[in-house]
Amino acid sequence: MEIYLHHYLIVAAALFVCGLCTILVKRNAIGILLGVELILNAANVNLVAFNHFSHGGTLAAPRLDGQIFALFVIVLAAAEAAVALAIFLNFYNNFSTIDVERANNLKG
Amino acid sequence: MNFLALTTSTADWSAAAGVTLFYLFAALSVVSALSVAVSKNIVRAAVGLLMSLLGVAGLYFLLHAEFLAAVQLVVYAGGTLILIVFGIMLTSKSPFSHYEPKTREVVIAIGVGMVLLAAIVGAILSGPFAVVGVETEGYPITQLGQALLGDYLVPFELASVLLLAVMIGAAYLAKSRRRES
Repeated sequence: MEIYLHHYLIVAAALFVCGLCTILVKRNAIGILLGVELILNAANVNLVAFNHFSHGGTLAAPRLDGQIFALFVIVLAAAEAAVALAIFLNFYNNFSTIDVERANNLKG
Repeated sequence: MNFLALTTSTADWSAAAGVTLFYLFAALSVVSALSVAVSKNIVRAAVGLLMSLLGVAGLYFLLHAEFLAAVQLVVYAGGTLILIVFGIMLTSKSPFSHYEPKTREVVIAIGVGMVLLAAIVGAILSGPFAVVGVETEGYPITQLGQALLGDYLVPFELASVLLLAVMIGAAYLAKSRRRES
């Protein structure tokens, strides 16, 4: 019994679907942010798994492009969470709630 | 190498341990992700996300991405999640504020999720992904550093500029409304 690449891909698919369901179900804006983080993690697992199972380069010096992509994804996720939380705080100060159903001022 | 005969039994043992650890971390991350999706309380959902991030960090360890696992623990579990918990504390009037979804939305979400999961898993199982990992000799941290300051120098520097812009922008966004009122 051994762990193949598709084991990791299936775990990442499950994480992705959980994140998507979180985004669809939650009405709390921060809940939606949690779903986005889950989806980014699923993408990261895919990147690192593909890098481990089929990297170019030699055994002593493998290429690590997938890991570097994952590092950038982590940096961008942190930045995105900071900006999104600032927007949510602003929204909360205006409407006293972060229910996304209430954010319909621009609705036609 | 007379080493080789000695190390095969320990290699068998470590392979079994690797399989067990994989299933442990995979179950931890997927079950916690499910709890994020189903839990009504947003604080519980945040704790579920923390557990899921820990499981994913364990998967990174198993994939020989030790530096990435450390970054995941420090930046994600230690930084981003604390930020989110602060956001929850600042935006909930009571700690038990519920935002109940409509039943129709839940049904649609479960339907979409099931169909998508079946499609992705079917595509993965029919694809050429049943390959065994390549064991590298030691951890190539020097490769990571050289790639980051070589091939990926421009994105690396752009990320620092982006972080500065995010810091200024988030401070401005969070502050401007309070000054007005």
